[in-house]
Amino acid sequence: MNSILSIRDLGIRLGGRQILHGVSAEIQEGEFIGIFGPNGAGKTTLLRALLGLCPISCGELLVFGKPPGKTKHALGYMPQHPGCPDGTGLSARSLVSAVLRGERWGIPWISSSASGEVSRALELSGASSYADRPFSLLSGGEKRRVMLAQSLIEKPRLLVLDEPLAGLDPKNQMLLVERIAQIRKETGATVLFISHDVNPLLGVMDRVLYMAGGGASLGAVDEVITGPVLSALYGMEVDVIRAANRVFIVNSESNVTETACHA
Amino acid sequence: MLDKVNDILAYDFVRNALLAGSIAAILGAVVGYFVIIRNVGFAAHALAHIGFTGATGAALLGLSSLQGMLVISCVAGTMMGISGNKLHRSELAIGMVLSFALGIGTLFLALYKGFVGQASSILFGNIFGVSQSQIVATMVLAILSLAALAIFSRRLLFASLQPDLAESRGISLTALSTAFMVILAIAVTLASQVVGILLVFTLVIGPAGIAARFCRGFWGSIFFSILIGLGSVWVGILLACVSNWPPSFWITAMIFVLYLFGETLSRYVLRLER
Ligand SMILES: Nc1ncnc2c1ncn2[C@@H]1O[C@H](COP(=O)(O)OP(=O)(O)O)[C@@H](O)[C@H]1O
Ligand SMILES: [Mg+2]
Repeated sequence: MNSILSIRDLGIRLGGRQILHGVSAEIQEGEFIGIFGPNGAGKTTLLRALLGLCPISCGELLVFGKPPGKTKHALGYMPQHPGCPDGTGLSARSLVSAVLRGERWGIPWISSSASGEVSRALELSGASSYADRPFSLLSGGEKRRVMLAQSLIEKPRLLVLDEPLAGLDPKNQMLLVERIAQIRKETGATVLFISHDVNPLLGVMDRVLYMAGGGASLGAVDEVITGPVLSALYGMEVDVIRAANRVFIVNSESNVTETACHA
Repeated sequence: MLDKVNDILAYDFVRNALLAGSIAAILGAVVGYFVIIRNVGFAAHALAHIGFTGATGAALLGLSSLQGMLVISCVAGTMMGISGNKLHRSELAIGMVLSFALGIGTLFLALYKGFVGQASSILFGNIFGVSQSQIVATMVLAILSLAALAIFSRRLLFASLQPDLAESRGISLTALSTAFMVILAIAVTLASQVVGILLVFTLVIGPAGIAARFCRGFWGSIFFSILIGLGSVWVGILLACVSNWPPSFWITAMIFVLYLFGETLSRYVLRLER
């Protein structure tokens, strides 16, 4: 088995607080991992640690068999907050171009082959039609697509997506998840996907990393998508009903079926 | 009209002013674009104002004001860069240091009374007073700064737009921002020779800010930024010769008019505003 990410007894302290402790997980090449957990559970911290942006206080964290930041393989990263200078006309295409081999020395010249790569990434993420409009004027969903394109540049083997669905309406959530699933099929990339909503990822993710109270547990979808676990995740009574090959997540308190999805 | 321009250009001090002004405008335009996308406008402003303390301190020590301003701005720039991303974008931290530095400048001014006459040219610029040696110094500094930018501008652009990603690819954000802040210190010092410390905004942030509003890409922004900077300096200096009003007034007026024009253009023609 090809382990792309190997976490053993990982602990992270930030600003004198223990954020994560005793986290262990092995993630194989090509897997789609949904990461869930309440706010402040340390999901972003874990992703930042594997990108080498946050120091590890104990345990081991290997990405492609190397410590974070030492791996030569490209990682695609979609941060939680798409940052771009407001009030500038900088286009989405320019933003993505700046990322392409941005770590090189010299001037930010974009060769025609490089601009081809940028166009391909924009096409792959479905952002071509507004790539030349100013990024700061795009809608939330469009910005997410551009950030996705930015993370796809240089054909990453590991895609790290921090709450890409935040602030999107259900239809756009579904479209973005479909895009990412398709990209993963085409490129064979491993995907780590943080989300608050389980529904859009049902049927797409292979396994679930559930984070809470500074710890994390990796499990099959069926083990985690259960009433007790989701009730703890959402902080309210939730039932999971399986019927006719579909999974229904039902809010028991208000007797409303939240969403229904293929399983 | 052309005769008139020819007459004006016959004067050495006008040619010197045009040369020094052009160099400062080009450097300011390029550096200014990074100031805009890095969102460090207030830091740029502070670096220029801190130069006042350098200039008064230099007068006490018997050095030239250019040397004094350069040293203190570079030191302040280095400190801002090293102190990290959060701090040099913190208006409170910068404001505190800036006002303390200006307080020291006031003290120096009180200790060395002879400086008061010079103070106005430091504050509002004295482009017609630049000497040959100042021009040489300006040219050398500008070439060094642009050469340094040519070496790391690709990284700087990447790190300015996607800092987390840049850091994850092994770029040291602290080293990069320190290098940039030193270049910014040089750019504001050179610009302050043209328009004065108080009006540096007009050359270092103005042209780039106007260009960045309606340009979609990096190179277009740099090109228009330089064009706007050079155009305002040239027209400003020539108008100053014709009118006997100070060049700093004409240059700031030009930039302001272009700003209004640019805003109108981006708002009503390109519809950049929602
Ligand atoms: N640099 C930091 N210093 C101190 N505490 C931090 C730092 N970054 C994050 N934290 C804390 O770590 C906890 C986990 O944060 P985060 O990983 O962002 O949670 P989430 O699961 O919502 O993404 C939060 O309580 C947050 O306040
Ligand atoms: Mg988070």
